[in-house]
Amino acid sequence: MINKIFKYTALIVLASIVLVGCALTKNNSVSTMANDNITTGAVNDRSIKGSSLRTDSKVPRIFYFEFDKVMLSAEARSALRLHAKSLLSSPAKIRLLGHADERGSREYNMALGENRGNAVRDFLIQEGVRGSLIEVVSYGEEKSASSGSNENSWTMNRRVELK
Amino acid sequence: MKKINLIIMLFLLTLVYPLSAIASLSIEITKGVDNPTKIAVAPIVFYGDQLSEDISGIVQDDLERSGLFEPIFRENMLSFPSSIKDVYFRDWLILGAEYLVVGNLLVNDGIYQVTFSLLEVHSSRLVFTKIAKGSENQLRDLAHHISDEVYQAVTGIAGAFSTRVAYVTSIKLDSKTKYKLMVADVDGARDRLILESNHPIMSPSWSPDAKELVYVSFETGRPAVFRQKLANGRRKQLTNFKGLNGAPSWSPDGKKLALVLSKDGNPEVYTYDLESEEFTRQTNHFAIDTEPNWTPDSKSLVFTSDRGGSPQIYRLKLKTSEIERLTFRGTYNARPRLAANGRTLVMVHKSSQQFHIATQDLVNGDLRILTNTSLDESPTVAPNSAMLLYATKINNRGVLAAVSLDAGVKFLLPSKQGDVREPAWSPK
Repeated sequence: MINKIFKYTALIVLASIVLVGCALTKNNSVSTMANDNITTGAVNDRSIKGSSLRTDSKVPRIFYFEFDKVMLSAEARSALRLHAKSLLSSPAKIRLLGHADERGSREYNMALGENRGNAVRDFLIQEGVRGSLIEVVSYGEEKSASSGSNENSWTMNRRVELK
Repeated sequence: MKKINLIIMLFLLTLVYPLSAIASLSIEITKGVDNPTKIAVAPIVFYGDQLSEDISGIVQDDLERSGLFEPIFRENMLSFPSSIKDVYFRDWLILGAEYLVVGNLLVNDGIYQVTFSLLEVHSSRLVFTKIAKGSENQLRDLAHHISDEVYQAVTGIAGAFSTRVAYVTSIKLDSKTKYKLMVADVDGARDRLILESNHPIMSPSWSPDAKELVYVSFETGRPAVFRQKLANGRRKQLTNFKGLNGAPSWSPDGKKLALVLSKDGNPEVYTYDLESEEFTRQTNHFAIDTEPNWTPDSKSLVFTSDRGGSPQIYRLKLKTSEIERLTFRGTYNARPRLAANGRTLVMVHKSSQQFHIATQDLVNGDLRILTNTSLDESPTVAPNSAMLLYATKINNRGVLAAVSLDAGVKFLLPSKQGDVREPAWSPK
């Protein structure tokens, strides 16, 4: 019995729903999907060539840093003194490519790479190299030297490359 | 009691994303809700040729992957009503459905029109009937639109199924690395190439109308900020300063970018007026200032600075240049993003030597770590503030993952090849 009442009630409710539904259908605004056109952009590749730095090839050209630090190590300083000497006797345009390990955020790592490059630049300038010969470019964590996610790789990646 | 629990849960949780077979990202649900709402999405009735997309299948996937819904599968359904007139509630009560979606599709002159209804089964109540139109290649849009409407009616939260995600991929081939800027539906389907380069691409950010992207490209041999229209691929280089040109972020009012330049000696936050093309320096400190992101009113910026000795998040009022430190817990808080509610700060937070995604409530200060992998970065919040996407590393590969802001729902979007990173959730 209760079931029957429920059924009839449901029917009545349903009938009114249908009526309401029709009204809704008629009155409701109709959504139209926006056009979604996507075209690929074209890159105009303008790469930069290497430098003609004359320092002995045995002198390190990659300098390593501590996590979240920009201080030069003693090894880096002694290598950079030799590079400075060579740049003083035969000036060449050089690039300092600053890098960070993958930990932490990407744009903060860009800033860190930049500051590491600047630390090397400032040291060279202090040794007498003209600032106009030096360009610093940070790659942050975008171009790792070693792809692992471990201390060894991270140590290899926190670096400035002299090019 | 159950209802209250359900409402709270619905409020806290959100959507996730399905995947078409061709997409380069797929979805693995790693954590869902305990008590999802049972919903039946009856097949959308169409008396025509085979459609290129299974509309109700997409709706069902959208809802299921939100973690909030448990679908009743087609093979268990007792009837396939095409409209509310054909609905026998008994058929759905038996299956335990709480909600039912029915609909039909008509095509006229190449325009597809779907009429769809949401019904509450226990009360035999019609919640709504709505109509949406689109072309044949917009069948997925129609499906996501239905998902949004259903999700909003049931949860009270706007759906985000119709939004998109921009991201960067890198693939090593021999010794060369190819970088791609991509845009896909937020379910990973319909991925499209925006830009391909032999040099790194990073930091995509959407215009508020979701029609353009700004990003950083190294194609000139140095980082530079570019602006690109999605519809025609037309792009413009906005910066060419020495040093950093990075971290662009489009203001919610559409008028400006915030970005980072180091042309004056060290990384500082600037704003760039898109109309006058003028740069205005906003920070002035010898420490690193970077990763600006706007407050929803476009009047302030949050940004990362290590001026206090470690990276922490600060807020800058543009009018007065007043700066306030926001984060105090931990030695590394970076890459702030504000949810559209203006209250929830999302960031990279270091805890026990691991980098996680965390939220901080700017009103009561509560800090919450949402993720448990160790190299998490680049959080980006859905426009409905219910979920965020971020990048992490799993098995030494860059992947995207999603987590609800209450950490109740978690997903992975593994890619088929290469590393994927830097997701940016479209604002609409």
